[in-house]
Amino acid sequence: MANVFVGASNIITSLAFSTAGHVEQIKAKQIGISIYPGGNLYPTPVPLSLVDNRQLQDLFRQYLGETQPGLQPSSFTRLEMLHILSISDVLKSSGVNIKDPRTLIILSTTKGNIDLLEKDRYPVIEPDRIYLWKLAEFLQHFFGNPNKPLVVSNACISGVLAILIGSRLIQAGLYDHVMATGGDLVTEFVVSGFQSFQSLSPGPCKPFDAARDGLSLGEGCGTIVLSRDHSLCALLEKIIVAGGSCSNDAHHIAGPSRTGEGLYLAIRRALKEAALGPLDIDYISAHGTATDYNDEMEAKALSRAALEPVPVNSFKGYFGHTLGAAGIIESALAIDSMRNNELFRSAGFENPGISKNINVLTDHLAKEVNHCLKTASGFGGCNAAIVFKKI
Amino acid sequence: MASRMDLLITRYIQLKNHQVIINGSVEYLSEEPSVSTLLHSVYRRYNIDCPKFFKMDNLSKLGFLSAEILLQGIDILQKYPGEEIGIILGNASSSLESDEKHQESIRDRNNYFPSPSVFVYTLPNIMAGEIAIRHKIKGENTVFIFERFDPGFTFRYISELFRNQRVNCCISGWIDCYGDHYESFLFLAEREDRIDRCPELQEGIIFDPWSIEKLFKGESISWMI
Repeated sequence: MANVFVGASNIITSLAFSTAGHVEQIKAKQIGISIYPGGNLYPTPVPLSLVDNRQLQDLFRQYLGETQPGLQPSSFTRLEMLHILSISDVLKSSGVNIKDPRTLIILSTTKGNIDLLEKDRYPVIEPDRIYLWKLAEFLQHFFGNPNKPLVVSNACISGVLAILIGSRLIQAGLYDHVMATGGDLVTEFVVSGFQSFQSLSPGPCKPFDAARDGLSLGEGCGTIVLSRDHSLCALLEKIIVAGGSCSNDAHHIAGPSRTGEGLYLAIRRALKEAALGPLDIDYISAHGTATDYNDEMEAKALSRAALEPVPVNSFKGYFGHTLGAAGIIESALAIDSMRNNELFRSAGFENPGISKNINVLTDHLAKEVNHCLKTASGFGGCNAAIVFKKI
Repeated sequence: MASRMDLLITRYIQLKNHQVIINGSVEYLSEEPSVSTLLHSVYRRYNIDCPKFFKMDNLSKLGFLSAEILLQGIDILQKYPGEEIGIILGNASSSLESDEKHQESIRDRNNYFPSPSVFVYTLPNIMAGEIAIRHKIKGENTVFIFERFDPGFTFRYISELFRNQRVNCCISGWIDCYGDHYESFLFLAEREDRIDRCPELQEGIIFDPWSIEKLFKGESISWMI
């Protein structure tokens, strides 16, 4: 089968507006999660990772002025600004022709323009951009892409699925290039929902740690290019999508399996497709939300897959759980780790708090990484695993 | 490697316009005026026993009932391990009805009552999760959002899943529900060489984009004998 190469990426979170900016911040062990006071927006103080609004507005105004000066920033939602800046950065660095009929946009999001439900939030924007397909179509038309975009909305595995599905469509010969772009906002909608679940940590989240006490929400956008054409990655080490799978726990809609069986199944199938064994995996970028049940479930699944010795981290300690964007943002960072053979400390982790002896990274580590496993799990009992391979 | 001709639609159902339609024949017509009462009447009509149904939002209820009726009388797990069965669904409105309900619960600071039982349904793939739990289905599961049902993509993506042995059986179709609008279309796709041979029974419909589109539109189509 044809190789699907992973090319340039962009990440926007509280930490930075580019992938390189994120790597710099993470190397310096910067955490983007801060406590926001209760009051107007939230009933109680809550730690969040938020994209700096002024910087976002400035960058977007500047971008629009340079490219489409006839348009007003007020006719874009906050999420649309994030996606447009993120996609345009990847177009610039990858050289992908977005107007090519062989290029597809895949959008991964859980809530899309959910802030359109807030009264008077966007006075001049058509309310139907609340529909996820409409948001995707808006981005498609903005960039002049000829293909109807694909929207994946499968809770917190959406981002990993977007990459996986994109690589499958390229392998099936349906497209040559895929721009997988994932985004979600932190809004009162999601904060109040996770608060009602009592699953938010009172401080920055601590994935896999003994003192972990819930997740931190983060907002962000990530875009990654997939292509059958390796010349798009000319200056980058060649990395392909070697295999992947998704599964369902068939256990509970709001809680992970106690045994990790569903995630184990996805990992097993991903490794099989990549024709790799557990000993071949050099690094795992885990989901690691820092909720009690999730991290325990992941530890069990990794242990069952004989992956206990492999260095593993969660990026959520740096910029929180970015929901539908998480799989793309975290994959982009994992791929950077492969290219630079440098693994990053799992922020928030000090003492192991899971029943299995998995190898959570307590500090940055220089290590040759040829094969990387990325996993995700989400509401609805879904799990996904994808293997990236250096060739 | 299964080629396109090796896949068949072995059963399909629709729930729309107050009707339950199985393999093209109207099996139940409800006079219930609202979406909620209609869904409850279908639940009773098919003697389903699952108290959890009443906690679901209308989107999940519609998906749950559609799968229940699709798989009625079929012991799917006897035929395929749960991990070989996929659930690939399309939808236009995502979970907008539950989204609005949750937003309403937080609109007023003095009347603030976000509820986990509403919030959990603010994701469209929860309906796939409910179907997976009920039928112990553990394979590939994805919800795609389209403006309208896309037979071409459905055909191409599901063919890819079969071709690479990611699934050996797939429940797929369209489940959309928002306000007064509801529409479901679910079908079971299987490999021809895995279909039980039973000479008196019709076996299936060729799995291709034209057949899928015709079935979705409720047009008649001949079964392979």
